[in-house]
Amino acid sequence: MKYATTMIIGAGIALLAAGLFMPGWLTFLLTLAFAKGLVVMGLLLLMRAGLVSFGQGLYYCLGAYCVGIAGDYFETQNALLLILLAVVVCVALAAIIGLLLCRYRDIFFAMFSMAFSMILYGVLVKSSAFGSSDGFNVKPPLLFGWTPTGESGPFLAYGLAVVALVGVGIFVWRYLRSPMGYAGEAVRENEIRVEYLGASVRRIIYTKYLLAAAMAGLGGGITALAAGHIDPEMAYWTTSGEFVFIALMGGVGHAAGPVIGAVLFELLRTYAFQISPYTWQMILGIALLVIILYLPKGVWSLVERVTKGKPL
Amino acid sequence: MSALLETRSLARNFGAVTAAADIDVTINAGEIVGVIGSNGAGKTTFINMVTGYLAPSSGEILFKGKSIVGKNPRQVMRAGICRSFQVAQLFPELTVLDNVLIAYGIMKHKILPLMSPLATKANIQQAEQLLEEYGITSYMAETVVTLPQGVRKLLDIALAMLRKPEILLLDEPTSGVAIDDKFELMDTVMRAVRKSGAAVLFVEHDMEVIARYSTRLIAFYDGRVLADGAVSEVMNDEKVKELVTGHHLDIDYEQEVQHA
Repeated sequence: MKYATTMIIGAGIALLAAGLFMPGWLTFLLTLAFAKGLVVMGLLLLMRAGLVSFGQGLYYCLGAYCVGIAGDYFETQNALLLILLAVVVCVALAAIIGLLLCRYRDIFFAMFSMAFSMILYGVLVKSSAFGSSDGFNVKPPLLFGWTPTGESGPFLAYGLAVVALVGVGIFVWRYLRSPMGYAGEAVRENEIRVEYLGASVRRIIYTKYLLAAAMAGLGGGITALAAGHIDPEMAYWTTSGEFVFIALMGGVGHAAGPVIGAVLFELLRTYAFQISPYTWQMILGIALLVIILYLPKGVWSLVERVTKGKPL
Repeated sequence: MSALLETRSLARNFGAVTAAADIDVTINAGEIVGVIGSNGAGKTTFINMVTGYLAPSSGEILFKGKSIVGKNPRQVMRAGICRSFQVAQLFPELTVLDNVLIAYGIMKHKILPLMSPLATKANIQQAEQLLEEYGITSYMAETVVTLPQGVRKLLDIALAMLRKPEILLLDEPTSGVAIDDKFELMDTVMRAVRKSGAAVLFVEHDMEVIARYSTRLIAFYDGRVLADGAVSEVMNDEKVKELVTGHHLDIDYEQEVQHA
């Protein structure tokens, strides 16, 4: 366990160091990818319990709007404070919605989660104070009084994304090996047995839902700081669908799956758009089909096969 | 003997259908009680009500003198009543070891930890000991879905016994198990039960198994208790012969009990 933690921290330091030499476009792309990776790590917790949420966009968007609104109305640009606020607000909302959602499974869970996300989308689109469908710009962040300018501008959000990724990565890695992590798989396999072993299935799902909301809020907050602009599209169901897409692409068998999936997704989307601006979605669709057909457990399973010496 | 479990006028209706009615049963500490009855007689309904899976329509369930009506399965489990199922309830896509580890994880913590590892050396060792007790250590690394029925049943019962219950309810422990294996399975289970000192109530269709392992027998018919008493007494009851077992069984119950 210590070895894995050291490896994750080492990878984080390497990413931070690499960030100093990266071109701006790659720093930006990786920041968005890592932010989405955070959201999908939360989704992973739910998916391992057999629950697919098509509504993580709710917390992704809410986290982003918390950062934007707090920056505007409370006149603070402290990045850490803004992100903390985003996470707290998302968890608070999830604590209410989760009470209802933890009663549902399968398609009902997916649709209910999407419905809540679409409610936020509808509210934001109609709210002229928040820029309606255009959204609004987010003030550049500050970190301990430091305002990054010029080339170092994107690095602050990138650095935050890497640090968050390392922290959440270590947490998820350990979580999946904890009694609560195992309990998620147990819930997916057989709820009756879980109850008859003496654990509350609803409580397990509720906990996972809160954690997933916190991670989505964190990802949304970082995205807002990185992009400098937010709009209601972040709560639209296609954004939530993107997270499911990334989860399928990367795989949910390991904490690294969502990160690999998110980076692949962003790279694929960027290049697909460059190659074919009018049919880039088709390229993404074909890529997902190929992955589902040949790597049903996601790209991460490829790494597992290699490291475990299984035939490719 | 003190009554561990007592039901009074227990009843359950599903709409116009009466699944159980006027069930008065007392289980004493250390007893091994067999339950027989044809399909639909109310045996599983009775177990489901006692273990909190089904709420009774009326009546009372007392465990050590206190009512447990309205408690959910996990509260009943924590109180000391555990059960196995007619169709083994396991985590089919996980390994046998993972099944036991999950059970340990849940059993040891009221609030499940988020960060501390489950598959520690100590927990794995404990799991191995449990599997050894039930003679299924060799299946430890296998996925449950690939296991023979008898092993699944044993694992199901082993998980139920983890909490060291005061009463263990077994719903058809030998159903689906090969004829040659059923006595071996029951021997293993009874050995573990005797070691723990738990009382057992087991539903069974196999009269040889009933005769060999139970010290008392309850016959259900049409949602009601038809007879309750010593095994030979109940088996020789005319009504039980007519409505539950049929007339033509040729088992020397006294001898089977002595054999056990």
